[in-house]
Amino acid sequence: MKEHFPKFMKETHLLGRLFLRRGLALGLLLAFALLLLGCYPDNPQSTFDPKGPVARNQLTLFWVIFWASVVVFAIVAGILIYSVIKFRYKGENRLPVQVHGNRNLEVLWTVVPALLLVAIAVMTVRTIFELDEAPSDDQLIVDVYGHQWWWEAVYPQYAVSTANEIHVPVGRDVTVNLISDDVIHSFWVPKLAGKEDVIPNEANDIWFRADEPGIYLGQCAEFCGIAHALMKFRVVASPMEEFEDWVASQQAPARQPANDEAARGLAVFNSKGCVACHTTTGGFDTAEVRDARTEGFLTGQPVTHGPNLTHFATRDVFAGAIADSTEGNLRAWLEDPEEFKPGNRMAALAPAFKDPSLRLSEEEITALIAYLQSLK
Amino acid sequence: MATASIAKRGMFARPIAPTGLWSWITTIDHKRIGALYGVTAFILFLIGGVEALLMRLQLSQAEAGVVTPEAFNQLFTMHGTTMIFLVIMPMGAAFFNFMIPLMIGARDVAFPRLNAFSYWTFLFGAILLNASFFTGSAPDVGWFAYAPLNGPGFSDTGVDYWILGLQVLGVASLAAAFNFIVTIINLRAPGMSMMKLPVFVWMTLVVSFLIILAFPVITVAITLLLFDRQFGTEFFNSAAGASPLVWQHLFWAFGHPEVYILILPAMGIVSEVLPVFSKKPLFGYTTVVLAGIIIGFMGWGVWAHHMFVTGLGPVANSAFAISTMFIAVPTGIKIFNWLGTLWGGSIRFTTSMLFSIGFILLFTIGGISGVMHSVVPSDAQQSDTYFIVAHLHYVLFGGALMGIFSGIYYWWPKMTGRMLNETLGKLHFWLWFLGMNITFFPMHFLGLDGMPRRVYTYSEGMGWDFWNAFATVGVFVLGLGLLVFLQNVWHSRKNGEAAGNDPWDARTLEWSIPSPPPHYNFAQIPHVYERDDFWHKKYAEGADGRPVRTVQGAAPSSEEHGHGHNIHMPTPSYYPILLSAGLTLIAGGLVSHISVSVIGGILALFALYSWVFEPPTAPETQTAGPAGHARDKRRGGGKR
Repeated sequence: MKEHFPKFMKETHLLGRLFLRRGLALGLLLAFALLLLGCYPDNPQSTFDPKGPVARNQLTLFWVIFWASVVVFAIVAGILIYSVIKFRYKGENRLPVQVHGNRNLEVLWTVVPALLLVAIAVMTVRTIFELDEAPSDDQLIVDVYGHQWWWEAVYPQYAVSTANEIHVPVGRDVTVNLISDDVIHSFWVPKLAGKEDVIPNEANDIWFRADEPGIYLGQCAEFCGIAHALMKFRVVASPMEEFEDWVASQQAPARQPANDEAARGLAVFNSKGCVACHTTTGGFDTAEVRDARTEGFLTGQPVTHGPNLTHFATRDVFAGAIADSTEGNLRAWLEDPEEFKPGNRMAALAPAFKDPSLRLSEEEITALIAYLQSLK
Repeated sequence: MATASIAKRGMFARPIAPTGLWSWITTIDHKRIGALYGVTAFILFLIGGVEALLMRLQLSQAEAGVVTPEAFNQLFTMHGTTMIFLVIMPMGAAFFNFMIPLMIGARDVAFPRLNAFSYWTFLFGAILLNASFFTGSAPDVGWFAYAPLNGPGFSDTGVDYWILGLQVLGVASLAAAFNFIVTIINLRAPGMSMMKLPVFVWMTLVVSFLIILAFPVITVAITLLLFDRQFGTEFFNSAAGASPLVWQHLFWAFGHPEVYILILPAMGIVSEVLPVFSKKPLFGYTTVVLAGIIIGFMGWGVWAHHMFVTGLGPVANSAFAISTMFIAVPTGIKIFNWLGTLWGGSIRFTTSMLFSIGFILLFTIGGISGVMHSVVPSDAQQSDTYFIVAHLHYVLFGGALMGIFSGIYYWWPKMTGRMLNETLGKLHFWLWFLGMNITFFPMHFLGLDGMPRRVYTYSEGMGWDFWNAFATVGVFVLGLGLLVFLQNVWHSRKNGEAAGNDPWDARTLEWSIPSPPPHYNFAQIPHVYERDDFWHKKYAEGADGRPVRTVQGAAPSSEEHGHGHNIHMPTPSYYPILLSAGLTLIAGGLVSHISVSVIGGILALFALYSWVFEPPTAPETQTAGPAGHARDKRRGGGKR
């Protein structure tokens, strides 16, 4: 009995075999090598370097499911590769036995994966409930506001507020209330905890604890508009005394300009309209102030809620934590905020940047920087 | 009667020319419409690919300045929307159109003019959506367009294009889905019971039901959004107290079934290809079909796994974690049944087969990372990162597209009558297999190293430079593979080996007729006795369980039955394309000038009215004679 396959199918099977055997084996080896290379605990936002119980539990669960996945994939890929090598067409002129199925086998590969999934489900559900709320009653509460495109942190227990830098004490549970007045953002500090969305009109919260001092980088993880990529922040974890010092520095009343240059800067700050969005006079922005400013934006006014600058000089970074607060960066920012951080609200709304007649001169910028740097 | 005489003569003479531009514009032949779907989707695939290339160039190094942030946001929005709605879905539709009637032994789909209407509406919807690039305001809110970013105050007219484009595309998908449900249920050849249907036909049926149930959800959601944007309603306006989560529930209640709309056709294709090139029937046909149906049902119960970090609470998260894990069971069943098909076979490594084998491997990776996401606490780290981008591309590129290309290489000879070059085909496969892994595998690492999605830039100290550059290299490998494919198609157009009826020694009915099929498909509608009926006409089962070629082989069917002279096929019509144009103009007017909508409305009413009173087949005098004859010659005559 002769077979009726077209000629080219017979000719090319050898090529395919060679490709498949070597290609697949190489591919798998390469993939596995890459897998090992891929974990970078040193990277600032790596999830492989947890510094607190939440991120650590999440990573533990990740490794469990990861290795389960590797085993499942190895079984599937193993059977696949074995089959295509073993059962390749070798020029035989008989057709294979026509097997239509096997009830027992099919039950087997329904039940076994299901059991594996039950085990994973049990672990998952247990961890979901474990991580749902902070275990301790003595928590630090931080109200974090996601704004397009910066973060505001308000500490109701201490009546202070800051922007883009969230200070926490080491070893104390922190519950963060997540609030948004504009669009959805997502609060994510990979080394401390997985993310939680910041959604208007939804009372979300997230908790974490830092086990050791450090600066942990975070970033908005939900697309929130043009400058989404530039909406970063950091969590500064320090020992309790240092944290208390920091709180005291933030509670201090606003500084008066220390020298003439700074005094000129204050005058510019007031005359060019910066004061419409930014507070420099101490305390923290009340809900009324914040709402009034946000309302201004929503109704098309050249006003929105900007970071409270009362203690600006105590912060290492600004503009959504994308730059260090150096004189050079501040100058670049004030000269052309749109270039420095495309899409930002200050460039779009502030009269000093919209109206050419109100443009800041070099001297005014120098004075403003002196003023900002005096706001300790 | 007045209406009758209008119907008879119509406003215009019926378009009956067998060749030329007008014959394509007015065609109602499912094979031509399938080809139009395929070519259009392929061109849009190139557009979506260029969008991806630009994004990868921008991300190839830290702080690159290839495109502006605005442009980047438009690119990822349009890339996602294009690949999902304008490439993978219509490529599925291309196969549904071309193959389903052939596979079930029918002469056309149930509603040929509605079929043409589906295609034109899809094309015009695609044009409307992409027209936004020329107004300088393409949608820039992501393909999911989360509220309230999609609302007034936060986004520009691009979102209106997105809404109206999707509405028009939705009409196309719904019309096509109803058409295929009716076709599959009603037009099967005598003897072809549901459990004798090829698996691809079954998956098409499941997908069609998913479309008619899922698209109304997105239709309602984007209608409410349109009201929010244009008429000041406050369905999703959080400033007025609405919960933006309502949008997410609506979107994903559509969006997750949509994932299965994208992948099930590819699963169907693979279920056809593996048996043919293993020379064995599909292992556990009933289980594979049932698993497809179960996936179709379970796909409705997992949408909130897209929302694990939105604060639904531990109870909801646990419920959706469990439902998501267990949708992996029917998926796993399919994978193991495919392995069972290979096992003990006599495997031919044709290009089509390589794509199907690649599909199994790559889709398994995507499926497994999908299960990883159902583990809520660890998903809290992965959600909205490049890990998700990796996962979804393993499912949609490694899965859906590899499956679709398996289908292209498999059915190309049937569609065109010519073979594709196997060496070039294999080169294409290996370039894609490699390129796909180079591009998307490192994205797993990037995500776990903390790189969020949808960022147009990242700073140098983050440690993401290497894998981003690596992934960008992969895009060029993929592009090279695509060029090889195009060269293959170009070459085959004139120089491809003639295919004959049945180049693969295949199993299903479409291979029993000439390639390309005559416009009437089957000279005589076949009677079906078995699953894989055509195979059983060629082979009997020997005593040892191995097939033995029957003495007469398969009777070459349509040839000696009179060239279809007495078969009356429906006549082409102007009205489907006119109605599509009218509908799209109505939508387009809403983003440009209302007078355009008025013109569109008048056109649509005219087309609809004329369509209703137009008989499916033109009076005898118009179809018989030279025109009908010429068509026979052209489609089937030359290739004997």
